[in-house]
Amino acid sequence: MKLFKRKRKLNRSLGGDIALFAVLIFFGIFSAFPLVMTVSNAFKPLDELFLFPPRLFPRNLTFENFRDLSELIGNSWVPFSRYFFNTIFITVVGTVGHVIIASMAAFPLAKYKFPGRGIFFTLVVYSLMFAPQVTATPNYIIISSIGLIDTPSAIILPAIASSLGLYLMKQFMSQIPDELIESAKIDGASEYRIFFQIVMPLVKPAWLTLIILLFQRLWITDGGSFIFSEELKPLSYALRQIAQGTIERAGTIAAVAFIMMIVPVTFFILSQSKIVETFSHSGMK
Amino acid sequence: MEANTTVAPVLTKKQLLWKKIKKSKHYYILMAPFAILFLTFTVVPVIMSLGISFSYFNLLEPPRFVGLDNYIKLFLEDEVFIIALKNTLILAVVTGPVSYLMAFVFAWLINELRPKLRSFLTLIFYAPSISGNAFLMWLLIFSGDVHGYANAFLMRFGFIDNPILWLKDPSYMMLVIIIVQLWLSLGVSFLAFIAGLKSVDKTLYEAGAIDGIRNRWQELWYITLPSMKPQLLFGAVMQITTTLAIAAVSMQLVGFPSVQYAGHTIVTHLIDYGTVRYDLGYASAIATVLFFIMITTNLIVRQILRRVGN
Repeated sequence: MKLFKRKRKLNRSLGGDIALFAVLIFFGIFSAFPLVMTVSNAFKPLDELFLFPPRLFPRNLTFENFRDLSELIGNSWVPFSRYFFNTIFITVVGTVGHVIIASMAAFPLAKYKFPGRGIFFTLVVYSLMFAPQVTATPNYIIISSIGLIDTPSAIILPAIASSLGLYLMKQFMSQIPDELIESAKIDGASEYRIFFQIVMPLVKPAWLTLIILLFQRLWITDGGSFIFSEELKPLSYALRQIAQGTIERAGTIAAVAFIMMIVPVTFFILSQSKIVETFSHSGMK
Repeated sequence: MEANTTVAPVLTKKQLLWKKIKKSKHYYILMAPFAILFLTFTVVPVIMSLGISFSYFNLLEPPRFVGLDNYIKLFLEDEVFIIALKNTLILAVVTGPVSYLMAFVFAWLINELRPKLRSFLTLIFYAPSISGNAFLMWLLIFSGDVHGYANAFLMRFGFIDNPILWLKDPSYMMLVIIIVQLWLSLGVSFLAFIAGLKSVDKTLYEAGAIDGIRNRWQELWYITLPSMKPQLLFGAVMQITTTLAIAAVSMQLVGFPSVQYAGHTIVTHLIDYGTVRYDLGYASAIATVLFFIMITTNLIVRQILRRVGN
């Protein structure tokens, strides 16, 4: 088990390696424990849930919690599939829209100079410095005045213009060689063709990053005060209503948490290396 | 000749700009969808928030100008806001730097490992921040009865005799929020650091060794940190913005409102006035204060970080 490439590395001592590795293990357990328990509790019968020390692997593996969950949801007057559809719709439309629209804006910002470019990008960078909560109140007013309250667009449209995605995409596009674009231009390609046929395929790693960032945000949205019709509410809202219970619901809560976490985490596992690649261009000056 | 050269540039400057704009029309078209949405949902709201903060507005009646009343009430009469402000600053001062350091140190340690192990640990550390509601598992860990893992652990080893009401006792709430927030905090900046470390020019280390760098700490300070300054700046912005906006963890773990407002933050206060009481003028004043706190902190930290390694 040669975990460290010690022999090939400069300036490393064995003692230091061991100490730092111990730190990693300790915090790794801290980080992983709640997630592992979330997975394992989702498959535990109620009597195993409250054991101490907690069992990492359930002795009597059961799907009881998921059955309870679907039963509880079956009792509500809106069918479960409806909540599920709402979340999928918001997540897919929002994410796809974000990737396309943010990339379209990122391309000229990264590759050309034109009047207004500097000020627009400065605004984008400044917008990274405050959280979306700051604009929640006026957003409500704006969204209601254009008649989008209680429609999926109330969640989707603001998310599409997420500035973090534009920022990362612009930084990533900056490293595309200019010659590539120039030669396409000489061949007579329009800006739009260059964008869709040359630039977009080259920035696939950044797509994945934009997807995961927006995906996890939209996947857990509960509609907040923007959506109030029961039949338009997303999954997260329904699941939270169910989870707001007592101890008897602990298993159901675990099942809920499992469903909400497994989708984004799986996506990250599949696309990790591409996502990390994008972030190597995330730097600020 | 003299007159010509002074007049002509003024005209051509304007014409030149117009010409440039016309030439760039495809760029504006490409940017238009994003720019429109961004202006509508980010830029305009910031300005609106500032405007509304000088008014009384409940959505039903038209806003009424009240001058600085909201700000005066906020800082002089609203004791809950002062608690929220204090809590937010404590959370920011503790979780901000700690999470930033954690993100960097873990990224740095992971960077030395073999690729498979590195990917695995990246997943372990990053996963909490994308796991949706999985932080609710902490409800079970910090449950106030004897079944809560924290209580059961401490009682089994004799540290305490009676279970601690972690989520209801004001003296423990902030601790719980800090722990859970730290657990959640290895997000975008962590990935940026991993990527930054990977892209540091390896030959710099060899050159450094020849120049007399003896251990990993010197290497870190003189080579690694200066080479990844852009990522460090980006990570700082992300961490500062997140820690000053802590709300969801507080609301879902210790309740909304929490006992004696012990877990109240600026954002939960904002949510209280904005979406529960519909006092939008007051909520906007809170938002505006938060906006300036966030921007100022970011700009100050950016100035400090720019000096690293200089």
